[in-house]
Amino acid sequence: MGDAIVQIRNVSKAYRRGDIPVPVLTDLSFDIAQGEFLSIMGPSGSGKSTLLNLIAGIDSVDSGSIIVGGEDITTLSETELADWRAGNVGFIFQFYNLIPVLTAFENVELPLHLTGLSKAERREHVEAALGMVNLTTRMDHYPGQLSGGEQQRVAIARAVVIDPVILVADEPTGDLDRRSAGDVLDLMDRLNTEIGKTIIMVTHDPHAAERAHLVRHLEKGEFGT
Amino acid sequence: MILPKMILKNAFRRKVRTLLTILATAVAILAFGLLRTVITTWYGAAETTAADRLVTRNSVSLIFPLPLSYYEKIRHVEGVREVTYGSWFGGFYISEKNFFANFAMEPESYLNLYREFLIPEDQKQDFLRDRRGALVGVGLMERFGWDLGDTVTLKGTIYPGDWPLVIRAVYRGRTPNVDETQFVFHWEYLNETLKDTAPARANEVGFYILGIRDPSRAAEVAREVDAMFENSPAETLTETEKAFVMGFISMSEAIITVIQAVSLVIIVIILAVVANTMAMTTRERTGEYAVLKTLGFSGFQITVLIMGEALVITCLGALLGILLTYPAAYGFKEALKQFFPLFNVDPMTVVLDLGVAVLVGAAAAVIPARQAVSIRIAEGLRRMG
Repeated sequence: MGDAIVQIRNVSKAYRRGDIPVPVLTDLSFDIAQGEFLSIMGPSGSGKSTLLNLIAGIDSVDSGSIIVGGEDITTLSETELADWRAGNVGFIFQFYNLIPVLTAFENVELPLHLTGLSKAERREHVEAALGMVNLTTRMDHYPGQLSGGEQQRVAIARAVVIDPVILVADEPTGDLDRRSAGDVLDLMDRLNTEIGKTIIMVTHDPHAAERAHLVRHLEKGEFGT
Repeated sequence: MILPKMILKNAFRRKVRTLLTILATAVAILAFGLLRTVITTWYGAAETTAADRLVTRNSVSLIFPLPLSYYEKIRHVEGVREVTYGSWFGGFYISEKNFFANFAMEPESYLNLYREFLIPEDQKQDFLRDRRGALVGVGLMERFGWDLGDTVTLKGTIYPGDWPLVIRAVYRGRTPNVDETQFVFHWEYLNETLKDTAPARANEVGFYILGIRDPSRAAEVAREVDAMFENSPAETLTETEKAFVMGFISMSEAIITVIQAVSLVIIVIILAVVANTMAMTTRERTGEYAVLKTLGFSGFQITVLIMGEALVITCLGALLGILLTYPAAYGFKEALKQFFPLFNVDPMTVVLDLGVAVLVGAAAAVIPARQAVSIRIAEGLRRMG
């Protein structure tokens, strides 16, 4: 493993339920090494999705700092965070979250529209990403014409097409049957071992978690042993 | 760029809803366009007036006449090059429902002043020669199926009795906005008849029309004419032809105000329909907007996506509405040609239609776009699942 790609320092986060603050994460500190495949487990409400959202820059901390690839993302404005996410984070969601009116090709191409790549360069990247997930023959299909496993593989291609610093996955197998879930986990494993992508995965599923190199348990906003 | 493609695809995701919204917008734009055309038609008469023509009438009211003896005096006012005179005849053909504008005019000077009437030279000479001759607009000829040489009997209201007149000339307008439904005959014929039947009303005219050499001196000439007849039994009021026509139009100001108010209501209705569609659309797609934001799309790009979709819907509705306006205006014109002989869709109305569509599209998207942009990504993603 390399140096720490993610450094979390004294992070606290609370949500408000009416006037009452409900703490989710309390003074959390830990590092994630470059090239790590980390699985975060924990019961519902333990704060694992919140932690993932904070690391991915789609939610903001109440206190503390999160440094990803040398950049303290807690100091960035909304616009700066959007730009940062576009170039540094690949997202894999439980429900794939593909845009239904776009083909598989167009969905994978979507984040590349925010880069300065030419049309030909974008095509090259998209075809490579879809090739990696073994879906080049289905690139003109719409999400509605693909199975759940295929949709998740398109979502993975979309996540890796920008060559992100980290890949974050929130319950990536939660909506899949066992076989498709296995395929998706194999794919993530390959991304980690063959390309060296740092992957942070939140899951309930012990089978999924055991595919990671490191599993951490979060309970009541703190890591257990 | 991907955004235009997404805008178009999103616009037709719910085909029935989108088509119904387009249809509602088209109907509203059609109604808006027709109402605007009524207004422009109303004011259109003022647009066909000439800057070098003045109208002199009795200062008390148009219904009071002026003596014919004013003619020579007015003609010699400095800056006046031609004077004609005449009276509103107010007759009808067969029954009162056959209403059209009819005047008794001094023909030679009238035709000298109204060069916008295109008349074949031989017909013009026939009309000038025949004291019972009439000059009729081609629109009126078509409406009643008259032919050149036909005798048409007008029934007088202001000047009671039957007035048989022979159609000697037919005019067309030099430009499309010239009214082609007027009926003009010799003032002399009217006057000679009145000398026998109502001598007290003879040698009186309803108005004088003055052609002036220099339109920039219109006010000066008007003052000079009116000054000549100050303290006389029939004082005059001289104004530009445009002001004279606008005086008539202002009598209908209340109706025009109501029409304008209805036009505004129509805009509000379109706004409500499109805003409702966009609100439903945005609510359904909150998760997708959250995904786009997650991938790094900015609030501005999300706004473009939502506003673009609203504009596609309103502009398609407007185009359909504009296409429907032309046949509808034609039907309106055919049905009500006695009231609106010049019911033509003005190019500015089309521009206004499109302007309204763009304005409504943009306004309808403001609140949905604001909601989509301001929602927290994590919350939006939850809605997608």
